[in-house]
Amino acid sequence: MRYLLFLISGLLAPLGAMASEPTPGAIGFQAPATRIMERVIGFHDFVLIIITVITLVVTGLLVWVMVRYNKRVHPEPRKFSHNTVVEVVWTAVPVLILVAIAGPSFSNLFYQENQPDLEQIAESGDLDDPNLFVEAAQKGWVTIKAQGNQWNWTYIYPDEIDASGYALEFVSNPLHRDLSTDAEVSASQPRLLAVDYPLVIPANRYVRYQTAASDVIHSWTVPSFGVKTDAIPGRLNEGWFLVEQTGVYYGQCSELCGRNHAFMPIEVRVVTEDQYAAWLALMKTGDFDAATQLVSTSSPMDEAARLAMAD
Amino acid sequence: MPMDEITLDHGHDSHDHKPGFFTRWFLSTNHKDIGTLYLVFALIAGIVGYTLSGLIRWELAQPGIGPLTSIMEMFGAQAGDDAIERAKQFYNVIITYHGLIMIFFMVMPALIGGFGNWFVPLMIGAPDMAFPRMNNISFWLTVAAFALLLLSMFVPGGAGGNGFGGGWVLYPPLSSLKGHPGPAMDLLILSLHTAGIASILGAINFIVTILNMRAPGMTMHKMPLFAWSMLVTAVLLLLALPVLAGALTMLLTDRNFGSQFFDASGGGDPVMFQHLFWFFGHPEVYIMILPAFGIISHIVATFSRKPVFGYLGMAYAMVAIGAIGFIVWAHHMYTVGMPSDMKAYFVAATMVIAVPTGIKIFSWIATMWGGSIDFSVPMVWAIGFIFLFTVGGVTGVVLANAGIDHALHDTYYVVAHFHYVLSLGAVFGLFAGWYYWFEKMFGVKYNNVMAYGHFWLMFIGSNILFFPQHFLGLNGMPRRYVDYADGFAPWHMWSSIGYAVTLVGTLLFFVLLIEAALRRRKAEANPWGEGATTLEWTLPSPPPFHQFNELPVVKAEGGH
Repeated sequence: MRYLLFLISGLLAPLGAMASEPTPGAIGFQAPATRIMERVIGFHDFVLIIITVITLVVTGLLVWVMVRYNKRVHPEPRKFSHNTVVEVVWTAVPVLILVAIAGPSFSNLFYQENQPDLEQIAESGDLDDPNLFVEAAQKGWVTIKAQGNQWNWTYIYPDEIDASGYALEFVSNPLHRDLSTDAEVSASQPRLLAVDYPLVIPANRYVRYQTAASDVIHSWTVPSFGVKTDAIPGRLNEGWFLVEQTGVYYGQCSELCGRNHAFMPIEVRVVTEDQYAAWLALMKTGDFDAATQLVSTSSPMDEAARLAMAD
Repeated sequence: MPMDEITLDHGHDSHDHKPGFFTRWFLSTNHKDIGTLYLVFALIAGIVGYTLSGLIRWELAQPGIGPLTSIMEMFGAQAGDDAIERAKQFYNVIITYHGLIMIFFMVMPALIGGFGNWFVPLMIGAPDMAFPRMNNISFWLTVAAFALLLLSMFVPGGAGGNGFGGGWVLYPPLSSLKGHPGPAMDLLILSLHTAGIASILGAINFIVTILNMRAPGMTMHKMPLFAWSMLVTAVLLLLALPVLAGALTMLLTDRNFGSQFFDASGGGDPVMFQHLFWFFGHPEVYIMILPAFGIISHIVATFSRKPVFGYLGMAYAMVAIGAIGFIVWAHHMYTVGMPSDMKAYFVAATMVIAVPTGIKIFSWIATMWGGSIDFSVPMVWAIGFIFLFTVGGVTGVVLANAGIDHALHDTYYVVAHFHYVLSLGAVFGLFAGWYYWFEKMFGVKYNNVMAYGHFWLMFIGSNILFFPQHFLGLNGMPRRYVDYADGFAPWHMWSSIGYAVTLVGTLLFFVLLIEAALRRRKAEANPWGEGATTLEWTLPSPPPFHQFNELPVVKAEGGH
C-alpha cells in the first residue's frame, strides 16, 4: 500500500521546484510549496487510489459479464432478480470506504481552515510536528490583503505604514493581455502569469491573507500553496499559509469576473526575511520599481531550484 | 373538464383519425406528438449548443486568441486590439450560452419532454397525459424561452459586446447592472422564467399522470423504472425551480426596480444568490441524470433478457438521490468563505450520495450477471454509459472533499467531472434511449452499422476530449479562460482533437437519420424480443394516434 502510494504520487508530482507554474504535459498537481498543499496532495493521492480501484473493479465486472454472459456463450438467461446478501454488501462496503475517506478529509479541512493559534504553538508546539512551525510562530503573523478589481489585484499590507502615513498599498497589473502592445515573453516572465509588481512575502513566516473585491467576485489562488478564496464585494474572507522555500509562485483569478478574467494573474515572490525587510523599506518610499528590482535580481528561484536539485 | 375532453376524444378518434398538419403539430394535445416535437426541438437546440462548444475547442486548441478574433473581425471589429477585446467577451458569452442551451434546451427537453411524454403514458398503460392542453403550453413556452435566449445573445450585454458573458450560474454582481448593464441579461432572465414555468407545468403533468392514470393492477411497486425516474425528476423540478424563479426575480428587481438583494453596498449579499441558485442547481443535475438512469435500467434488462435486479432498491435509490440532492448544494461554494464546520457538513452529506449511486451501478451489472446479453446498439450505449458515469462519479467523490476542492474548485478538473456525468453520462443515456425507442417512435429502422460507428466515435472522441481535462485541472488550469499559460497547451490540443472525433460521430448521426428517413424500412412492433417486457412493446410501431382506449390490465408478475 505504502509502495503503491509512493509510486502514484511519484507519477503525479512534477519534477523540480520550477513547477510552481503549469508544466507542459503534466498530469498532476504543481509541486507543493506549503504544508497545506503537501497534505492536499497526500490526501488526494489516497482518494485517487481508492477511486482507481473502484473504477477498475466496475470495469472488470462489466468486462466479465460481457465475456461470460453474452448470448453466444450463455444462450439461456437465468431469472433471478434478488440477492439480499449481495445488496447488503454493496451498500455497506461503500459506506465503510466513505468513512475511511471522511477521517483524513476532515482533519485536512480543519488544518487548512482553522487559523493556527500562534501563541500556543510558540509556547508549547511540538518541534517534530511537520504541521506546526514553532520558530515562525514566535515571530507572529504577516498580514496581507488581496483586493480583486476588474482586472488586476490590489495588495495591501495593513501593518506596514508607508511614508505618507497610510498602509502600504499597490496595484499588481498583468504584463500580458494578449494584445499587440504586450511585452515580449521571457523565461522569468511567463505569458499570462507574470505581473509588474508582485506580492512579496517572507519565507518561513505564518501569512494571514484576506480577500475582498471592489466590483464583482474574483478568487485569489496560488495552486502550489493549496489556497483558494473568493474575493467578494461586501465580505472580508480570510485564510493562512506558510511557505518554507523562497521562490516565485504563480496563480490565476479563479472566479469568472468579466472580459479580462484570464488576464489578472497572481505572482507571489517568497524571499528571505532580510530581503523582505529591504523590499518593504523601498516600497514604503514609493519606489515600487526599485523594490521589485531588488526581489527579482536576487533570483530567488535559482536558489530554490538548486535546493531541489540537491534533494 | 379533462374528463369531458377524454370522452369527446374517444368519440372522434377511435378509428385513429389524425388531425391536419397545422392542428396536429401546432395545436397538439397528443402526448406522442408533443414528445416528438420536444425531441425535434432538442435536436435543433443541441446543434446550436454543440456548435458553441466547437467554437470553444477551436479557440482553445492553441494558446493565444485566434479564431474568435477572426470571427469578431468578420462582424465589423477593427483588426487588432479591438477585435481581441471583443473576442474575449464573446468567449464568455459562448461558454454561458453553451451551458444554458445544453441544460435547459437540449438535455431536459429531450429526456423529460421527449422520452417522458412519449413513454410514461405508454409504459403505465394510460391513453394520454393527465393534462393534454397544459402539455401543449409547456412545449410552446419552451420554444418561446429558447427564442428569448437566442435573442439575448444578439442584444447589448455590457463589457463591450452583445450577450451575457457571466457563466450559466449568473452570479451577481457580474450579472447585476454593475457587470452587465445591457438588456441581454434581462432577456436571459425572462427566458429562464419562461423555461421554468414550462418545466413546472410539465412536472405537475407528470406527477398527476403517474399517480392517477396507471393501468388497473399496476401498483407503484410494479411501475416501470423509467416512470419512477420521471416521477422523482418531476418532484425535483417542482421543488427546485420555484427557488430559481425567486432568485431570478430578485435579480430582475435589483437590475430594474432599485432593490438591493444582492448588492453589498445596499446591505445585500451576493453570496445569498449563490445559495439560492445552487439550492436549485444541485437538484437540477439530478433532474438531468435521473431519466437517463431509468432508460438504462430498461435497456440493460431488455438486452440481458432478465428482469431488473433489485427493482425496489433501484426505485428507492433514485428517491434517495433526489432527496439527498436537496441538502448538498453548498459543495459548489466551498471557496466563498463558509465556516469550516459548515463545509464539513456538506462534505459528509455529499459523500452519502455515492451510496445510492453505487447501488444503481452494481444493480445494472447484477442485471447483466447470469443474463444472455445481446450487444445491440442501445445496449452498447448503455454499457458505455455505465462505464463513463462511473468515471464521472468517482471524481465527484474527490471533489466532495472540501480540502481537495480548495485546490480544484473552478479548474478544469470540475469541467472534466461534470462533462463525464452529463456530456457523457446524460447524453449517452439520451442516445441509448434514442436507439432503443427509435423504431417504436418513428416506425422505421435505422442502419445498424452507422449506429455502431456513431457509438465508437462518440465514446473514443469524448474520452480524448474530456479525460485530459482532469490533468489540466490538477495542474491548475482555471475554468472559463479564453487563453491560458503556455504550460497547459499540450493537453488542450488533445482535448480539441477529441472534439474533432466527436464531430465526425455527430455528422454520422445525421447521415443515419437521413438514411433512415429515406429508406423507410418498416419497423416491427417489438424488435427486441422477449426481454422487452414493458407495455409500449405490445403496441404497433409507431403506436396508433390514440392507444389503450380499453385500459390494459397488469397481471401479478407484470410491470417491470
